[in-house]
Amino acid sequence: MQNATVKAATYNDTVVRQFAIMAVVWGVVGTLMGVIIASQLVWPELNLGLPFTSFGRLRPLHTNAVIFAFGGCALFATSYYVVQRTCQTRLFSDKLASFTFWGWQAVIVAAAISLPLGYTQSKEYGELEWPIDILIAIVWISYAIVFFGTIGIRKVKHIYVANWFYGAFILAVALLHIVESAAIPAGMFKSYSAYAGVQDAMVQWWYGHNAVGFFLTAGFLGMMYYFVPKQAERPVYSYSLSIVHFWALIFTYMWAGPHHLHYTALPDWTQSLGMVLSLILFAPSWGGMINGIMTLSGAWHKLRTDPILRFLIVSLSFYGMSTFEGPMMAIKTVNALSHYTDWTVGHVHSGALGWVGFISIGSLYFLIPRLFGQKQMYSVKAIEVHFWMATIGVVLYIAALWISGVMEGLMWRAMNADGTLAYTFVESVKAKFPYYFTRALGGFLYMSGLVIMLWNTYKTATSGKPATVEVPAVVAHA
Amino acid sequence: MDMINLLRILFTVLSFVLFIAIVVWAWRNRHSAQFKDAQHLPFDQD
Repeated sequence: MQNATVKAATYNDTVVRQFAIMAVVWGVVGTLMGVIIASQLVWPELNLGLPFTSFGRLRPLHTNAVIFAFGGCALFATSYYVVQRTCQTRLFSDKLASFTFWGWQAVIVAAAISLPLGYTQSKEYGELEWPIDILIAIVWISYAIVFFGTIGIRKVKHIYVANWFYGAFILAVALLHIVESAAIPAGMFKSYSAYAGVQDAMVQWWYGHNAVGFFLTAGFLGMMYYFVPKQAERPVYSYSLSIVHFWALIFTYMWAGPHHLHYTALPDWTQSLGMVLSLILFAPSWGGMINGIMTLSGAWHKLRTDPILRFLIVSLSFYGMSTFEGPMMAIKTVNALSHYTDWTVGHVHSGALGWVGFISIGSLYFLIPRLFGQKQMYSVKAIEVHFWMATIGVVLYIAALWISGVMEGLMWRAMNADGTLAYTFVESVKAKFPYYFTRALGGFLYMSGLVIMLWNTYKTATSGKPATVEVPAVVAHA
Repeated sequence: MDMINLLRILFTVLSFVLFIAIVVWAWRNRHSAQFKDAQHLPFDQD
């Protein structure tokens, strides 16, 4: 009985610690996969001639590892931390929270085994075969119960805006995953999509783009609305703007998917609708970015000395850049040039490495020392080094693919006076060699930064010990 | 016009009206004590 009272008065940071550490580990693994396949594009012999080390099998392993393993663990860790702090209560269920950790790691391991073996539904970002899909659904529903259960037992009246974003991310991903994964099994490791033809393509990109919108945006905006104010030690710039930001994203994101299917068999009106809604998305995205960056107004000098804050704020600059670039690329005439080129890959990475990566890294640097009863990371200097390696890495990466993408787009459409194509396809491949090399170098720098972070995390964890934090006794009146 | 299209149009228009209402509500409350308290929620734990 005594024990139960003591337990109820502390936060459950065990599960936060587990997810935070695994986020760093999977960050290294996922970017290593990226560096390997980027190197294969420069030196194709690096696939070693083996089926399970070929580009086609390692590429989904890379995307799944960085999005769902690294990004997923960072989201689990921060959402469990933030929901407890802003609701001033312990997690709804310790057992279920622990299940989400082990279940999610099981999904990642299953992906790491099945994808190199060639088991795939061949749907981008939804490659995993149906038994793993079912496990994901079970883990995700448990996550929703823990998260919304915690909100249900909150000790403060108001639900802080970060929790709205996390909540939308959890609900939307459940919906997306279940609809996208609908398939008819044909044996243990093989299934066929429940949809056919262009409907299948539309479901795929409805899922694909909303995975970007809700997994890679809404969840990480939840991080932004908690960790930027905390690290800057100032409340968010405008609470009204945060509410408008939230609802504007919710009302528009679901419609942007068709821009992935410009000039395909998808009906023309659907393409145009997707383009228009993608253009509208620019407004909420920049509203949110401004809200985050302006939180720092009056405290800009902190950027000079605080590398964690720098990670958080630079992440918002990349968010602004990629949410300007995205709507622009959704315009059909721009897309006619950019589609199927490296420009798209560069765009994705400015969002993934710059925005998602930086905001997660910043938030984790905030979290990890606190989870181990320390004031700061073992080495602040190492955070500084990490920041510059990551920044130079991203810039090299995206600049290389801008040039390469625009170049190959122009080469593909170039015509001779008699109407024949000016270049063969292989000439465009050959021309990309220097840019592919630069991209691999940028990726290598970014990965090396994460290796330094892993070392710093290990040192911080071993020089401290798991901290138990009490729920404040005085309940706020918000 | 068939029923389903009418419902789709209604849903779109109502969603838009609802969104405008949210914007107006959020803006009118920008100086309210409720929003001030909410803004400070992340700092109440320490």
